Amino acid sequence: MTVQIQVKNVSKIFGSKPKSAIPLIKKGLSKEEILKKTNHTVGVYDATFDINKGEVFVIMGLSGSGKSTLIRCFNLLNKPTDGSILLDGQDITKCSRDELKKVRQEKIAMVFQHFGLFSHRTILANVEYGLEIRNVPKEKRREIAQQNIETVGLKGYEDKYPDELSGGMQQRVGLARALTNNPDILLMDEPFSALDPLIRREMQLELLDIQERLQKTIIFITHDVNEAFRIGDRVAVMKDGHVEQVGTPEEIIANPANEYISDFIKDIDRSKVFQASHIMTKPNALVSSKDGLNVAIKEMRENGISSVFVVDRSRRIQGIVTIDDAIQGIKEKKSLSDVIREDITIVNEEEYINDLIPKALESSFPLAVVNEDNKLVGYILRVHVLSGLTSDDVNESEEYVY
Amino acid sequence: MPPGWLLFVYHLIKHIKEGEVNTAFSAVIMLMISFPDITFEAGKYVDDLVSFLADNLEALFDFIFFVTSRSISGLTDFLMIIPWWLFIIIIFLLGWYFKSFFSGILYGIFIFLIGTFGLWEEMMITISIILTAVIICLIIGIPLGVAMAFNKWVSMILRPILDAMQTMPSFVYLIPAIFFFGLGNVSAIFATLIYSLPPVIRLTDLAIRGVDKEVVESAHSFGSSRWQTLTKVQLPQALPTIMAGVNQTTMMALAMVVIASMVGASGLGEQVLVSINRIDIALGFEAGISIVFLAIIIDRITNGIAEKVQRRGGNQ
Repeated sequence: MTVQIQVKNVSKIFGSKPKSAIPLIKKGLSKEEILKKTNHTVGVYDATFDINKGEVFVIMGLSGSGKSTLIRCFNLLNKPTDGSILLDGQDITKCSRDELKKVRQEKIAMVFQHFGLFSHRTILANVEYGLEIRNVPKEKRREIAQQNIETVGLKGYEDKYPDELSGGMQQRVGLARALTNNPDILLMDEPFSALDPLIRREMQLELLDIQERLQKTIIFITHDVNEAFRIGDRVAVMKDGHVEQVGTPEEIIANPANEYISDFIKDIDRSKVFQASHIMTKPNALVSSKDGLNVAIKEMRENGISSVFVVDRSRRIQGIVTIDDAIQGIKEKKSLSDVIREDITIVNEEEYINDLIPKALESSFPLAVVNEDNKLVGYILRVHVLSGLTSDDVNESEEYVY
Repeated sequence: MPPGWLLFVYHLIKHIKEGEVNTAFSAVIMLMISFPDITFEAGKYVDDLVSFLADNLEALFDFIFFVTSRSISGLTDFLMIIPWWLFIIIIFLLGWYFKSFFSGILYGIFIFLIGTFGLWEEMMITISIILTAVIICLIIGIPLGVAMAFNKWVSMILRPILDAMQTMPSFVYLIPAIFFFGLGNVSAIFATLIYSLPPVIRLTDLAIRGVDKEVVESAHSFGSSRWQTLTKVQLPQALPTIMAGVNQTTMMALAMVVIASMVGASGLGEQVLVSINRIDIALGFEAGISIVFLAIIIDRITNGIAEKVQRRGGNQ
């Protein structure tokens, strides 16, 4: 994984003499103290983190936490007061005007909260704007714009004006317009906040879909924890201009850096963040399909369990044997393959708990968890599916995670 | 000769020194009652400035005079070439396109009525004076408005000047107009300009600054140059408000028609002036109502253009 953007000690201060507050930040004074002393507002306070190529990096925080200020530093709509931002090693804070224009035209594009569409232009003219100002010939830019309009599913609306479209469709135009420049990096400033929940959900899925195909680096701003954890590969939590914690959603939920973050994530829907692999138990008893029933009974007795999974030589799941069936089988001189039960539920390790709940309710055995190669990697007792949803038990279930 | 107030202070000190406190006291009382003998002849300086400009920039004023008078007479000649029925049809079509079928017919009738008053030629002269004034207003006003929106210094300097232009009684700037351009239509245009320029400047400024911040940001975020942002995004987005300014400017130019006729502008305003001199109620009414008709037509049509622009402005 290569690092695409390096944010180094970036601060953004608003006021008449922003630079004058920098030494106070270096000294570690708080936002309130600086406001009191110098009458300057700190937008972003000494932010440092890296963003990898091709990941969805979410910056999350409440309003006024500085997240919109920070994202505008990436394309210098806000010039950072201090610190540097390296795009593929190039420090954009030191760019000349022409270099900056080039970076904005070729590398980085932005999608806005209230869409920022040009209401006097048709959808097509909106989408081709980025190419038009680069003087791309009309035929060519039409063609590229058309492709992107189709990518976001707006074919047939080319000659409409933005105010003739619904909010969701307008934001698709915003997305198409950003994609038309074929940037490496997409900045998205609360792009779905102005949409109603159903459309928002749909747009999130579509964004992930587009991301899968185009592999852009996406920096995504949101105040919605569920949205952040649903679409983010990694999440940065901001408060009062500080970046409080950076990590994967699982890391942040499992180990919130401070009280503020644990408060923040309290009402998150865990079932949509945690996957099977997070709550499964690594099997310490397994029976090979070549083993006899005696081996199975011995394994069960030693581990104090009432059933055991049967796998083949390459750990592919074959079925399950219960203690009752095994004892019955020995009495009737049957072999293992005679008493093996195949009506077990197999789930992928990347499935979300949310999707496991109905399966757990239907199945009468523990859920078998397999990886991409169909190899058994663990099992989930049905009771763990439900207990995984409450926060205390998540920490407890940490012990099971290998 | 020292100024009056200095003499007063001198005498006051002298009286007090000589123990004549009573005399000094009554002198102070007198000063409090009536305004002291202090004069600052601001008007004289302006007078000097105007004569200085008229003497030294004669060539420039001659040039402006030449261009303006030529365009007015050219425009009038052109309008007079149009047959009366064609002109009425054009007005009807404009009214129909920008307002409604009924409005078109009404405006056509208005124009026809002005013709029946025997004021056809006067109407054409008035229209060309207004058109010339408005075009010059736009050429000067829109760039100034843009400059105001982008630069707070320009804005700080222009703002009080615009206030003064709008509140200064319009008769006052007829005088320097005569100095520069003599009696006639050009002076009328000059006076009309000063009166009707402020709205288009103000509304352009307001319109540019009122463009949605996110829309401007999005233009920047694609790497637009400042010129591209202005011409492709800010001006088209601001166009509806700018058109409202154009409408106001046109109406104010029309309001100046009678006053401008005092410096020799011909047209409908001149007829009003003549009717006042002759106490001719009939002519006064006909010329007056003709101006009202023109005002209604011009206002409705420019308004209609503004509304259409709201939707389709700047589209390629």
